[in-house]
Amino acid sequence: MIFFWAFIIGGIICVIGQVLMDVVKLTPAHTMSTLVVSGAILDGLGLYEPLIDFAGAGATIPITSFGNALVHGALAEAERHGLVGVITGIFEVTSAGISAAIIFGFLAALVFKPKG
Amino acid sequence: MRVGHRTWLFHNKPKIIGTGTICGPFEGEGKIPNDFDTIHADLWLGQDSYEKAQKVMFEEACIKAIEKAGLTKEAIEFILAGDLINQITPTSFACRTLSAPYIGLFGACSTSMEGLALASLIVNGGYGNNVLAGTASHNTATEKQFRYPTEYGSQKPPTSQWTVTAAGAAIVSKDGEGPIVTSATLGRVIDMGMTDPFNMGGAMAPAAVDTIEAHLKECKLDPSYYDYIFTGDLGTIGREIALDLFKKHHIPVNREQFQDCGLLIYKEDQPVFAGGSGAGCSASVTYGHLLNRMRQGEIKRMLVVATGALLSPLSFQQNESIPCIAHAVSIEAGGVY
Repeated sequence: MIFFWAFIIGGIICVIGQVLMDVVKLTPAHTMSTLVVSGAILDGLGLYEPLIDFAGAGATIPITSFGNALVHGALAEAERHGLVGVITGIFEVTSAGISAAIIFGFLAALVFKPKG
Repeated sequence: MRVGHRTWLFHNKPKIIGTGTICGPFEGEGKIPNDFDTIHADLWLGQDSYEKAQKVMFEEACIKAIEKAGLTKEAIEFILAGDLINQITPTSFACRTLSAPYIGLFGACSTSMEGLALASLIVNGGYGNNVLAGTASHNTATEKQFRYPTEYGSQKPPTSQWTVTAAGAAIVSKDGEGPIVTSATLGRVIDMGMTDPFNMGGAMAPAAVDTIEAHLKECKLDPSYYDYIFTGDLGTIGREIALDLFKKHHIPVNREQFQDCGLLIYKEDQPVFAGGSGAGCSASVTYGHLLNRMRQGEIKRMLVVATGALLSPLSFQQNESIPCIAHAVSIEAGGVY
């Protein structure tokens, strides 16, 4: 059943992205930012975590999860260290993703020369 | 001589005495590969940037046209050319090696007929004899300039068009033999408030209809005078909109007679969305495919209407609408070509 809900919820998030591009005519960059900010706001309201419990990867794989992770880390650190924690905590959860992007980006740049 | 408000009639019969058409690999797999003088298998043309590839393509088209006209580079008196890239550098850089007086043009995709109209005006007026008109476009260079770099992998809606990688050049002369440029109607800038750069055909259709309507009215012609009216490039969507507008304006242009260069160049199964576009599309299709059909006797008279969307990447980012233009040139079969 978890696979089914992962498919449905993940799919709905992607449909929202597609509608933002096709109907609202947002650029791909604006669409991505909108989804990240939406994920952040949802987590701030305490709504994203239940969604992950419900849909698993359907909620963690789309880009909204990145916004969720930013706020999640910040809030968790804020509880421990107060206001400074908000700043140090932002990349607490997301550091693996960001580090992976830097490392793999660097490795790819060594091998390929992108120029379109 | 000028008739009406914006139509030139060329009584001294300026002729197209030589043409050069070059294309890339994707166009070579299209519907009309035999109408190109050279088909490149490499999208880069051995260069290290797509802009340089476009420059080389334009140089080659010019040299081919000069060669086929039986002339030498020194015989070219003026060059009227342009393209879509920032400050038309590929064209200007190509003209470093051609050493003739150069007038850089920008009319987006309408540059092809803008150049041919002005070249014919110069020749007809006796201010020059062998005048070269031409333009080029390169798919990836143009995508990068106006939309997104191709490796970004951005989605495109079905209304979008595929920029053609091709160059076309023609030499207009008083002497020699070839198809005759009989008249030209210049376009006004028409802005219907369209803002979607992924639907250029729809934005340009009203400009094409405006110019065709003016041409027929000022020359006092019925559309049936022409075997074909070719637009470049409205694509499937723009063509339908133009046909609707003709109906609305009571201009009896029929569907078979009204063709589009962007729909002639590729096969139906090539993934080009609404059809081809780009300055090099109308230039290479007209100077290659269409003039070949004229030479074979299939076309006696045609009106080529090149349409351009006069936006810039900056104007798009600042949410400006897309003003459009269309220039029409009438070409009729002359002597032996």
